[in-house]
Amino acid sequence: MSFKPELAEIRFGYGLSPRLPPVRSIDTMLQAVSSPDQGASDFPIAGYDALAATTMVYNRFAKHARQNPETSEGEKSREKANALRDETAFVNTKWFAATHLRRIHGQQNFRERLVAFWADHFTAQGKGSLLRFGTSGYIEDAVRPHVGGTFAELLSACLTHPIMLQYLDQEVSVGPNSIFAKRENAKARGLNENLAREALELHTLGVGGGYGQTDVRELAELFTGMSRGSDQRFRFKEKLAEPGAETVLGKKYGPKAKMDSIFEVLQDLALHPDTAAHIARKLAVHFIADTPPDGVVAHMQAAYTKSGGDLMATYSAMLEHPLAWQVPAVNMRPPEEFISSAMRALDVPASAFASLDLKKTRQLFFTPLNLMGQPWQSPAGPDGWEEADAVWISPQGIAARLQWAFSTPKRLLDIMPDPREFAHHALGATVPKRVAFAASAAETRAEGVGLILTSPAFLRR
Amino acid sequence: MTQRLQTRRSFLARAGFIGCSLAASPLLTPVSFAAAPWDTRLVVIILRGGMDGLDVVRPVGDPAFAGLRPKLNDAAPALPLDGYFALHPALGALMPLWQNGELGFAHAVSTPYRDKRSHFDGQDILEAGTTEMTNARDGWLNRLLQHVPGVTAETAYAIGIGDVRVLDGAAPSASWAPNAKLKISPQAVRLAELIMEDDPALHAALSEALMLVDGPAGAKAPRLKGAHRNIARFAAERLRGDARIAAFSQNGWDTHRAQQNNISRSLVELGETVLTLKEELGPEVWGKTSVVAVTEFGRTARENGTGGTDHGTGGVMIMAGGAVRGQQMFGKWPGLDEASLYDRRDLMPTRDVRAYLAWIMHGMADVSQATLERDIFPGLEMGDNPNALL
Repeated sequence: MSFKPELAEIRFGYGLSPRLPPVRSIDTMLQAVSSPDQGASDFPIAGYDALAATTMVYNRFAKHARQNPETSEGEKSREKANALRDETAFVNTKWFAATHLRRIHGQQNFRERLVAFWADHFTAQGKGSLLRFGTSGYIEDAVRPHVGGTFAELLSACLTHPIMLQYLDQEVSVGPNSIFAKRENAKARGLNENLAREALELHTLGVGGGYGQTDVRELAELFTGMSRGSDQRFRFKEKLAEPGAETVLGKKYGPKAKMDSIFEVLQDLALHPDTAAHIARKLAVHFIADTPPDGVVAHMQAAYTKSGGDLMATYSAMLEHPLAWQVPAVNMRPPEEFISSAMRALDVPASAFASLDLKKTRQLFFTPLNLMGQPWQSPAGPDGWEEADAVWISPQGIAARLQWAFSTPKRLLDIMPDPREFAHHALGATVPKRVAFAASAAETRAEGVGLILTSPAFLRR
Repeated sequence: MTQRLQTRRSFLARAGFIGCSLAASPLLTPVSFAAAPWDTRLVVIILRGGMDGLDVVRPVGDPAFAGLRPKLNDAAPALPLDGYFALHPALGALMPLWQNGELGFAHAVSTPYRDKRSHFDGQDILEAGTTEMTNARDGWLNRLLQHVPGVTAETAYAIGIGDVRVLDGAAPSASWAPNAKLKISPQAVRLAELIMEDDPALHAALSEALMLVDGPAGAKAPRLKGAHRNIARFAAERLRGDARIAAFSQNGWDTHRAQQNNISRSLVELGETVLTLKEELGPEVWGKTSVVAVTEFGRTARENGTGGTDHGTGGVMIMAGGAVRGQQMFGKWPGLDEASLYDRRDLMPTRDVRAYLAWIMHGMADVSQATLERDIFPGLEMGDNPNALL
């Protein structure tokens, strides 16, 4: 037993659609990642540059307001700044809608799952009035275009993105012997090792990997200079950069041009055997089971190593392994995947999102996701969301899923489906007996739909 | 993972019987159950992100301290405690507790975790209570429950949306968030329980949710401002009843930059949490209560170049409550001159934070030293009793 169309959508996508046929083969799944990006063109999300430009305007108004307090001019600027902030908060709800519409109406959902997986692996959140809405743009620029490339490309794109540099404090890190540190002794600033540590621990080698505190420190010194300009975009600030060479994992980088050295060290980290093991396992845990079969992991790791960290080769190794399809459905769908999959099964039209303002988006999605334990784009730390299934089986989390599944679908659809048919839309050809019974015994369509969406067969994949 | 499943399975035995008759739930009719195994209360707060103990309880009497943190100290002048140590001003709301003997600190403590300074491994070890990383996922509070008689599913509560692992394990415990709700028809409840029967873990979670959602009247009181206050109030409400242990977490301690803004916000929340507990528990129960707040590691002794501190080793443990022998500093101070620092960068831990926790549990729940050192905190040597409890 290996590839099965319905399982392919459920385990490696966002579940079944009553309208769109499931993928036909492993090749189709992989082609969905390497062919032109249909989701991005059907449901566009602005890249980070748009937010960067708005932020510059916002900052000008906000500064003017600060400098002219209690004047009508300052007041006008404050109003304009607030209007921009509110508009961005609204646009952010449209990015939320587009993210889910791609999954509801797309036929390249292995790609969508990979985007979510890597966005989580490289968790980054902006800070500040406007940049806190920067995650979608970051994902669109740094993650999405690279999920079918090499791991080194993806790593480099994410670790040099302004949102990541801000999130893990790289932008303010100063080389102890940099021009800046020498010149401004009075308010001496120095090194910040946050990004360097997470780059080794979370992004590449993994916490069990063969690195030590000295490697963290040297990598932090190598990273100095990467920062954000007043235009909010990436800027290499030579004055912040630590001069000289740095030694990371026994290899010397520099003293040549710093960005070249940074890309070189990222390339080396991407190709490190510990990284191959870490990435192979994490993918398998995410897609297959908390304790994935060793055979699959080893096969993926070998493919990663042999191909020089080529992600398509690594995905292909996972999908072609029969055990990837034979492990029973144990993994819990995390909350955000749960609501995407529910809405795909319900075939929620784009028009249902068009009328949602910020308040309604909060009611229908943001607050329920908080209660389910997965506030949108806001994990507590750079390690992203938990993979362990037990985390998603708390009483409060299950209550929140029930509450959402019983109340929200009827607010998104004009006509609710017949639960007896919907059971097949959501679960495929085989509907567990108890679910079929509940679907026919429910007092209302909304309750029948809610029961199917919260059945173990739907919650796990 | 397996451990967690066991929890749910052991809970299932009860859940099955509740499924027959929700009215017989021990949570709805607490009098039908034997009295709780002991009468003291323990609140464990996990501070995630690595709280900077040197900023929260500042060793102003240490000659090296001022030089290590010129900017951090200037930005927020501290409040004197015992002459040598001073309290961060953002925790000033707790000064009356200190003066009243209801607040104390153990300084230069840490878990046995060293060197990699990872938040995530550090927190896992803190909650597992082990000497090193293991695959076992049960927490030390759960192992405590395994070694005291008469524990029911409502003896201990993990509270909040975030994951608290310190209560994970084979002994029954409850988990809930004060803002969770579930309004579905009785018919739907019945069918949902039926469907979940295929899946023990999910069924147990659902049964627990159904019991807790109709909790006591207090749950319907108007919401307080700030999630942390609601969590504290919910904990107090349970602890006034049959619960003896509550655990929850607070984020926001990873202060790599602009530390004074960020740590102040977190400390104010922590202070409000403690004061809400005190107020909601009432004088009698507060008098039997110990609140302990622990973190995965302290931070670098020197401030870094960005107005913050990086991941370190030794830190501080906070103890509050009417059962605490407060107004004193516990622990041996290692000094902050460079040679005395751990790895020449971090506060040197002089005692395992688990020793304080173990002595508190020994005092509160009458658990033997042998059990504590062997089963609850395997590999721990408790050493002398710091007498942190009255």
